[in-house]
This record gives sequence, C-alpha cells and structure tokens, in this order.
Amino acid sequence: MGYENVLWKLQGDKVLESINAGKRLDARKFDEYRKIEIRKDISHLAEATTQVKLGNTEVICGIKLEIGVPYPDSPEEGSMSTSVELLPLASPEFESGPPSENAIEIGRVVDRSIREGGCLDFKDLFVEEGKSWIAFIDFYPINYDGNLFDACSIAGMSALLNAKIPKLEDGVIVRGEWKGKLKLKNHAVLNSFAKIGNSIVADPSIAEEKALTSRIHISFNSDGNLNAFQKGGPGSLTANELDQAIDTGLKNSKHLIKIIEESSE
Amino acid sequence: MKEKEAEYVNREGKRLDGRKVNELRAIKIEVGVIPSAAGSCYLEWGYNKVIAAVQGPREVLPRHMADPYKAIIRYTYRMATFSVSERKNPKPGKRDIEISMVSAKALEKAAFLEKFPNTAIDVFVQVLDSNAGTRIAALTAASVAMADAGIPMKDLVSGTAVGRAGGKLMIDLTKEEEDAPDAVDAALAILPNSEEIVLLQMDGIISPKEWREALKMGIEGSKKVYEFQKEALKKKYSGDK
Repeated sequence: MGYENVLWKLQGDKVLESINAGKRLDARKFDEYRKIEIRKDISHLAEATTQVKLGNTEVICGIKLEIGVPYPDSPEEGSMSTSVELLPLASPEFESGPPSENAIEIGRVVDRSIREGGCLDFKDLFVEEGKSWIAFIDFYPINYDGNLFDACSIAGMSALLNAKIPKLEDGVIVRGEWKGKLKLKNHAVLNSFAKIGNSIVADPSIAEEKALTSRIHISFNSDGNLNAFQKGGPGSLTANELDQAIDTGLKNSKHLIKIIEESSE
Repeated sequence: MKEKEAEYVNREGKRLDGRKVNELRAIKIEVGVIPSAAGSCYLEWGYNKVIAAVQGPREVLPRHMADPYKAIIRYTYRMATFSVSERKNPKPGKRDIEISMVSAKALEKAAFLEKFPNTAIDVFVQVLDSNAGTRIAALTAASVAMADAGIPMKDLVSGTAVGRAGGKLMIDLTKEEEDAPDAVDAALAILPNSEEIVLLQMDGIISPKEWREALKMGIEGSKKVYEFQKEALKKKYSGDK
C-alpha cells in the first residue's frame, strides 16, 4: 500500500466515525450539495462549452456537432456520443492512457441520464437521407475532489441548453456559423449518493468517496420522473436506503435543474 | 503578390487584428488554479486558452525509466475535442506527441533536475480553445506551473511565434496569418535571462538574413511574455495581495 493510500484510509476512517456520529467532516447536512458555479463559453470554436465547479471539483464540458450516418435501426434520427477523459492534470490518482473503467462508467452514466431523460430531440438532428447530426458531448475534469458524476451531468446539461446547430451549405458544415439553437425536449440531472456506515449522503466529497461501501446514482428529469439508475461500489443497499435516496434526489434535482436553467439565460 | 502584401500589414503598419508587427495578442495568466496539483497555471493568449498542471516530483513508474542522477520531465500536450473547428479525435496524434517531446526538452534546461534524482516531474497541459500558437502558450503556462510547484529553476521558459505573412516579419501570428500564401511560422522559446533557445520549430521558406531579423523580434517578444509570467507569479507569492 503506497503512503497516499494509507493517508486516504486514515481519512476514510475519520469520515466514517464522523458520519456515524451524525456529522459530515465539511459540516454539510446529509442531503446538502456543495456550492455550484457554472460558467459558459470557454471555447469559441465549440457548439457550446461550460465549466462547472461543484465545491472544489471542476469539470469542463464541450459539445461539437458533426455530420454522420444515421444508425440503420433509426434512419431518420441523429445520435449522441459522450466521452470522459480523466486527465492526469486533475488528480495525482489519474493516469495517462486509454480511458480507465472509472472514466467509462462516468461517461456511460451521464450519457444514460441525458439519453433516457429524453433531453435530445433525435428527430430534429436528422438532416437528409443517409445524413444526420452526431452530438459529441465531451468532458474534461480539471480538478477532482469527489462526485465527478454530478459535476459532469450539470456541465453536460447546461452545455446542451446553450448548444447551437452549425449552418450547412450543400451538405457541408460552415464553421463558425450557426443556424439556431439545439432543440431540447426535457432536462435531466444526476444525483449521486454515497453509503457510509448506515447513512446515505448526497454529493460525496473525495474523502467520503474513500469511505463509502456503495454508491447510487439516480437521474431525474424535469417532470420529476426517474430515468436512470446506477449502483456502484462493492457494498449493498436496502430498499429503504434506495427510497431515501430517491426522496432526497427528487428534492435536490429540482434545485439543480433550476440552477442549470438559470445559468443558460 | 503586391496586393497580397498589403492585406496582412496596412500602410499604418497595422495587422488584420490591429496589432503592430512586434505586438503580442492579449495575455492573461493565473497561477495556482488546480488545488490537487503541486503547481498549476491557467493562461489566455488571444483566443488560446490553456490549463497546465505539474504533479511531482514523484515516484517514476515504470521504474526502469528513472534516472539515478536527475528527475525526468514527462510532458503531455493535449487538445480538447472542442478546441478546434472540426472535433478532434481524443486519441493523441503524432502532432501531440512531438510537441510534448520538444516541450519537455525545453523545460529540462530551465530546471535544476539534479535536485530530485530517481523522480518524475509530470507536466500536463490541456488546450481548451485555440487560434495558432497553442504549443508556445502551453509551454509558457507549463513553466509557470513548474515554478508554482516549487521546483528550483534557473529561469522560466518564455516564447512566442515569429514569422512572416504578406512579406512582413511579425511575431505571434494568428491562424489567418499562418495561412498566408508566403507564410513562415516558427515557434520559439527561450530562457529569457540568458537568451538561450530551448525550443525552435519552423515551417516555411526564409532567407538567412530575414531569419536573423525575425529571431531578434522573437527574442524581444518572448521577453515581453516573460514579464507577464513574472507578474502572475508575483501576484500569488508576493504577499501583498
């Protein structure tokens, strides 16, 4: 065990002790998020870019639209693709190389939240026979301090709200010109929880992630419906604990979606 | 050709974006922007936006890469998929790898690596937005991040592009100027105090005489960049905030 792991183990023990005594180390309530800040327009060449700070966790999301070929099973629809790259610049824990399984999990869960939340109007992304738009939604963590899932989800949703569709001339993209805004049908956001001891806490910090036995990510859309689940970590959850997370998430997601919507005005 | 020349620098000596031939685009530098890194720097240079982080000195893995006499520098230059017109494939290409290599060598000369034998200093630079000159913007930010990480250095690394468009020599070329039919574009980085050249890459055809003049302009420009770097570091470390 490297010394860094030993330090995290000690920190994790402290988190557990504190949570068992009814307190979080950073003094938040169990259902409380860290402060959220959203900035727009980082790159002038992207269809949208947002920078999200969730406490000290920071993520940049950029959207590019490219012309592609529709999938054979949906010949009159566009598509979307997400990627998360855990840049080693964001944490001493991240390494260079092909996407790790953690990066892939975050990308896929955020993808599910957007896709199953019915956010994109794939029919609107259809151009003509054999041609449709692919929305590439790419995430770059800049600083890792816990809960990259929700930080990416907030960044992705707010970028989608700001995204423009490039202008096409004779089937060729005119770079730097846009024909209008990307059409959205719904808004969705992830709510992540950590189970530490027998408690469920929202928006886990990095120290809390080191102490958790399991995590649960739930996506809610604007209608207040659930649209994606992901259980992670080696531990288990009871039906009661899941209910508790859903109730808290329902309340928090309204607040998160409001912050996202306000940021795009 | 005469008409083309008038396009890049007008009669008043102004370029397409209103700059003089020896004028840099607007530069903004912020030190210590990534809490989990040993040192970090955010830099805006015209439309270019880059963020740099230094991790280490730390254990070298795999171990056989370690140098028993000094620290090794590993430099990773990457462009975000959305930082260019057409979405960039997230996989690193030959360009990323070459830029990373020559930039690592440039930083090597600036630091007292012998202080940290058997370790690695990992430098990561991510380009978030671009308009010509990203490798120098990245290197400029990286050297500030290294200073922020507390690594002993004999100098910062400062640089600028220098070249020619429409028959006129100029520094810090934009994308538009780089695309001029007679363009010469050289990326230059120096140790500003000794004026030693630590990075030089050029594309284009130029006479030796013209080049000597261009280099002089480049060194002068790099020294202006150095002032911005120093200011940013002072802002974080001088105490009187």
